[in-house]
Amino acid sequence: MEDKCNPPQKGKAGENGPFTIETTDLTKRFDQLIAVDSVSINVKEGEIFGLLGPNGAGKTTLISMLVTMKKPTSGSAFVNGYDVTKNPGEVRNSIGIVFQDPSLDEELTAYENLELHAAMYGIEAKDRKREITSVIKIVDLEDRLNDVVKTFSGGMRRRLEIARGLLHCPKVLFLDEPTLGLDPQTRSSIWDAIRKMKKEKKVTIVLTTHYLEEADALCDRVAIIDHGKIVALDRSETLKNSLGGDIIIIESTDTARLETAFKTLPYAVGIKSLDGRITLKVSNGERKIPELLEVARKEGVEVKAVSLHKPTLDDVFLHYTGRAIREEGVTGKDSMKFRMRAFRARRN
Amino acid sequence: MHRDLTAVYFTWKRELIRFFRARSRIIGSLGMPFFFLAVLGSGLNGAITLPGSSGNYMQFIFPGILGMVLMSGSISSGIMVIFDRQFGFLKETLVAPVSRPSIIFGKSLGGSTTALIQGILMLVIATFLGVSINLAVVPAAVLLMVLIAMGFVSLGLVIASLVEDMHGFQLIMNFLVFPMFFLSGALFPLDNAPQIVRAISFIDPLTYGVEALRFLFLGSSSLPIAVSVGVLSVFMVAGTLLAAFLFNRIES
Repeated sequence: MEDKCNPPQKGKAGENGPFTIETTDLTKRFDQLIAVDSVSINVKEGEIFGLLGPNGAGKTTLISMLVTMKKPTSGSAFVNGYDVTKNPGEVRNSIGIVFQDPSLDEELTAYENLELHAAMYGIEAKDRKREITSVIKIVDLEDRLNDVVKTFSGGMRRRLEIARGLLHCPKVLFLDEPTLGLDPQTRSSIWDAIRKMKKEKKVTIVLTTHYLEEADALCDRVAIIDHGKIVALDRSETLKNSLGGDIIIIESTDTARLETAFKTLPYAVGIKSLDGRITLKVSNGERKIPELLEVARKEGVEVKAVSLHKPTLDDVFLHYTGRAIREEGVTGKDSMKFRMRAFRARRN
Repeated sequence: MHRDLTAVYFTWKRELIRFFRARSRIIGSLGMPFFFLAVLGSGLNGAITLPGSSGNYMQFIFPGILGMVLMSGSISSGIMVIFDRQFGFLKETLVAPVSRPSIIFGKSLGGSTTALIQGILMLVIATFLGVSINLAVVPAAVLLMVLIAMGFVSLGLVIASLVEDMHGFQLIMNFLVFPMFFLSGALFPLDNAPQIVRAISFIDPLTYGVEALRFLFLGSSSLPIAVSVGVLSVFMVAGTLLAAFLFNRIES
């Protein structure tokens, strides 16, 4: 695919380097509620950046400020080198947005929806058809192009919205909960589309999600956001490794002997034995298992079973916020946020 | 500038596509005026003699019914913005890098085009029902219908910017559209109406629409044509400006 999506960059690069998005102490306050609290993040060009957090954590508010839909209370944010408060028009021109809630015209066909968008975003009439064909292929909807959106399933609508977000060759694409409420199969088809567009369009992607596996599967870096604050930010591997590595459990005939042997290994930490099992923490567990088995063989200990537990983002989330992301129980503060959101959603 | 014109064109086009795709809505919107004209017109034709008017009753109410078609068609197309908001499409429009006034203008043109189509359909229906129409006045009537429709689309847009959900929709139709229709003198001459009705009718923009249409089709009206067209023009310009102002305020 030719790379028509990389026009010469008009915006000046950010002050601190080649970041597509830079925020400094970005804050949004609604009366008593601080929805986003002094967030400073840098998003690199070409990466998929995940904002992970439970409902009401401030993800959507943060995104809304970056796409100029909400004004920050304080702090600053630059997107593609443009200030979101001073140059909202330029920011909007250079980004694509896929909202959390559907935003298609159901009575128009997929093509008409895309054409309207193309026109609004200044794509010349002669190029529209070609651009539309190019993005619709990424989301695998070319055979439904002339069908009215009303007849589309939830997943197809979502994919169409993603295609629309890509249509005007944005440098950054914001995806707010792209797979919310979709079944697992549809979700994976959307993941495919996201990966495909990263590869083919070389676009920087910022996505919010409260699905850990989604952040894990897609994102180059993940920021964990809770109560409006970034509590951790790194590659998801690094985040997981920061918990002290993988846990390996070995069941054997002679636990005591193995324990002594393992204690001489420089990379094994937290060795404990219990009920004929040894538990230890290592990084890159799957690569260490053969070595550990080799040690056991040399010691003449028979290994009965080995299991490997890799920390998930679940564990990371629990570690940083002290609670599981899927906790259904809602605190008073959270439910107030929900109500605020519902109220705003109605207003918007 | 170029992009804003494109935005106007595509906003207009969208209104038209939606209009033609919803044929049942077209039929529905013409149903009531048809019955008004056919039943009321023919039923009261023999019973009522209008003072100071040579024409029959159906001929007399025809401009009024036409005004009703234009008003309800264009108000509801303006109010469609509420549905855009409900179904999320409004957001897509609001974040687009085009000026908000160009969207308002496109909507206004789109709404008045579809209202005009309904008005022309009504003209055709009316001739079938026996209303005699002087073809020479049709071009002027088209211009007048556009003027009326643009005013009422703006009114619909203003309402949509102020009312935030669909529940208000029916309320407005009942408490705004119908009173405006009945008070406009569409069904009776205002000259002989009670003082209170006359007074209220003067703040009803549809009165001037009906009066102007009546002047064109019947050759005479209670109000001078210059006054009717003048008030309609002010209504259209003020309404569009107010709609653009309110639409600009909507925070996405």
